[in-house]
Amino acid sequence: MPAGIFKCWPQQIEDYKMATKSLKARHNELAESNKQLDILNGGIFAEGELPFFKDKIAAIGQFPLRPKKLEILQINVGYMCNQVCEHCHVDAGPDRKEIMTRETMGQCLDVIRNTGAHTLDLTGGAPEMNPDFRWFVEEAAKAGIKDFIVRSNLTIIRANKKYYDLPEFFKKHNVHVISSMPHYTRGKTDKQRGDGVFDKSIKALQELNAVGYGLPNSSLRLDLVYNPSGAYLPGDQIAMEKDFKKALKEDFDIVFHSLFAITNLPIARFLDYLIASENYEDYMYALVEAYNPAAVENVMCTNTISISWDGWLYDCDFNQMLGLKVASKVKNIKDYNEEILTDRDIIISQHCYGCTAGAGSSCQGTVT
Amino acid sequence: MANSYYDPADLRKFGKITEWSEELGTKFFDYYGKVFEEGALSAREKSLIALAVSHVVKCPYCIDAYTKDGLQKGITKEEMMEAVHAGAAIESGATLVHGVQMMNKYNKLSM
Repeated sequence: MPAGIFKCWPQQIEDYKMATKSLKARHNELAESNKQLDILNGGIFAEGELPFFKDKIAAIGQFPLRPKKLEILQINVGYMCNQVCEHCHVDAGPDRKEIMTRETMGQCLDVIRNTGAHTLDLTGGAPEMNPDFRWFVEEAAKAGIKDFIVRSNLTIIRANKKYYDLPEFFKKHNVHVISSMPHYTRGKTDKQRGDGVFDKSIKALQELNAVGYGLPNSSLRLDLVYNPSGAYLPGDQIAMEKDFKKALKEDFDIVFHSLFAITNLPIARFLDYLIASENYEDYMYALVEAYNPAAVENVMCTNTISISWDGWLYDCDFNQMLGLKVASKVKNIKDYNEEILTDRDIIISQHCYGCTAGAGSSCQGTVT
Repeated sequence: MANSYYDPADLRKFGKITEWSEELGTKFFDYYGKVFEEGALSAREKSLIALAVSHVVKCPYCIDAYTKDGLQKGITKEEMMEAVHAGAAIESGATLVHGVQMMNKYNKLSM
């Protein structure tokens, strides 16, 4: 592991008390994806203390990892966000200016109209902050894709008056809303935590319920995403869903459809946090220990293509943040060809253990 | 050899005890795993019991393990602290209830 990473611990811990800026704006060296890859390929892995992901999947005949049928197009429309979450693998925040242009959106629309994929998944940042977001949703909704997901962080709905009508807008275009809800609390004491994030999220969920989202038997899908707020793996998805449903119903009269428990992958701000809090090695041990060969079979990079704000193609959103473009002749949305793209080897590193731990983890929750 | 009795990194080596006694180690971990499965008590309830006992037996490895387990199961810090107090109350009660023995002996020896 590069010694420089360790030298700046105290500074990093200081930074976390502030945590109002992205790593990029803080000029943190982990803002560079190759530094992150150095860490993931070095240390306890290079020293042979833990096995490389490649060797683990080779043992079950899955190396090189290859895509199956493309099912999901995941488009990241920009890294700008109204929040600066500590665990964010995108390193998103208000200071990030990478935003998908209408021209690139047009290229995406051409692909959406002709793809064999059944799911379109818009993410960010806060996708709603892209100035062309609504135009893009309106156009994409016309393409008649089966499942149209927008990943909304909830607080954006309450962030500014211009976003207040988002629940109605989502409803109009039959958008499937998937929202992050990092924690729930049954008691009354914790409601104020996270500088009003919790209260804003609760209010936004109530508004989504009010227009019909998340109600039993409603075709307006509202799912929540839970990721642990710290250096531990998510618990059993079904048990967590039960706890979330009970607490949110009892305390706030909120209903939703499914809870997806997602493992935090050791990249970007979460990696920075792991190192600064001296949890990195234990976390990697926990991931490797929880390795589940059955999860490799359905890992999301085998059915998903991730598209960045500037049109580059990646095996997943995590590889996008690590700057690992697909190993294919087709690397950009403007040259998109599904057949050529499907015939590729998926790029892996040690962060991939995050998707194969326990019941597995993907943007749609567990995979086993 | 480490120069202190407890090293946090030793916890993840726990499984290695099986290497020196395959049969007993395997039997122990099978039993251990079975105990913490969902049963008449939920896995969540058992995790809190384990946390309380960890404190009573003053096992640093167990405290680390069951604090993390609690976090993974969505157990709040208020619930964790109440469990620790339940353990602590039994432990102090166990000391104090011997006060009755002291009283009995005192009375027996006194005129």
